[in-house]
Amino acid sequence: MTRDVKIYTTPTCPFCKVAKKFLDDNGVKYQELDIVKDKAAREEMKGKCSSLAVPTICFDDEVLIGFNEGQLREKLGL
Amino acid sequence: MTATVYAARKKLNTLLVSYDIGGQVLWTSGIGNYMGYQFIEGPELMQKFEEQVKQFPLDIRTGVKVRSLSQRKEGLEARTDKSESYRAKAAIIATGKRPQQLNIPGEERLKGMGVTYCAICDGPLFTGENVAVIGGGNSALEAADDMVKMADHVYLVSLTPLTGDQILIDRVKAASNLTMFLEHEVLEIKGESRVEGTKIRDLKSRKERELDISGIFIEIGLIPNSEPFKKVVHLNSFGEIEVSCANETSVPGIFAAGDVTNVPEKQIVVAAGEGAKAALKAHRYLQRLNE
Repeated sequence: MTRDVKIYTTPTCPFCKVAKKFLDDNGVKYQELDIVKDKAAREEMKGKCSSLAVPTICFDDEVLIGFNEGQLREKLGL
Repeated sequence: MTATVYAARKKLNTLLVSYDIGGQVLWTSGIGNYMGYQFIEGPELMQKFEEQVKQFPLDIRTGVKVRSLSQRKEGLEARTDKSESYRAKAAIIATGKRPQQLNIPGEERLKGMGVTYCAICDGPLFTGENVAVIGGGNSALEAADDMVKMADHVYLVSLTPLTGDQILIDRVKAASNLTMFLEHEVLEIKGESRVEGTKIRDLKSRKERELDISGIFIEIGLIPNSEPFKKVVHLNSFGEIEVSCANETSVPGIFAAGDVTNVPEKQIVVAAGEGAKAALKAHRYLQRLNE
């Protein structure tokens, strides 16, 4: 099943790197949005995802704030 | 992970159960004192550790938290938050530490909406805004030093006089957009759907004031992840698992290593060494059981 997975990150965030590696290792395609470079993405994360923390991972109706492997596995059906 | 490698090399039937791979090292942006690497980022070092672990034929279960460890007739049983049960003849607890919380109104409710324990993660989100950094040690000073470059104004609030390194204190004090409130406590974090302010109180005068902020970085230290084990092994007054120099706990067959224990120095190289010692001791313990 192809999902539109977005991950909002900052360049200095170590958990963002861990989250991306997890998605890569599990073959999940995603769009990375660097909210330092992309102001529109930052506003989108704050508004649409109601989040002020990274990583924020959005797909379907899910918004996951922070990297929680168990929760991510469950929600992505991995 | 070091304990896992040592156990696997001794051909022990080994299971690694962990919430994540890396723990506190993942939050560390630059490591200059782990031998073999002049300088390496925390996540990169942990990736190398993980690659080494995965070279061995062992079981790894991640994304779960151990909720209890019990003694059973035939050995030990660990139960996780996903209701899994794992049995073994010996166990090594190496669960590390996690950030201390303030435990004040608004903190839990506004986590991820302005309340953060990771300045290197979330700092850029508050560029041009007012923030508070809570704490007086090196972590708080480093967070404040980072944030003065990004935020409009930084309020540094500490329960005590500053305890960090003087070089950091001097750098932070020199910032023109920083105000310190030492010997102040944080009473409440305010805001409906995101942080909008915080109330603090002077410990001496009891005067309260409100700070207009949109982010609050809580850097007040770490607490050991020992709660699941407090009914089975002895803890010291700091909640750390007490171990012998051979990493034995108060219960035969249960060993512990790293920052969750009373080892005096909390360093990556120390934790790794402690993991190795614990695994070697566990191996000897199992050999004696089988004699």
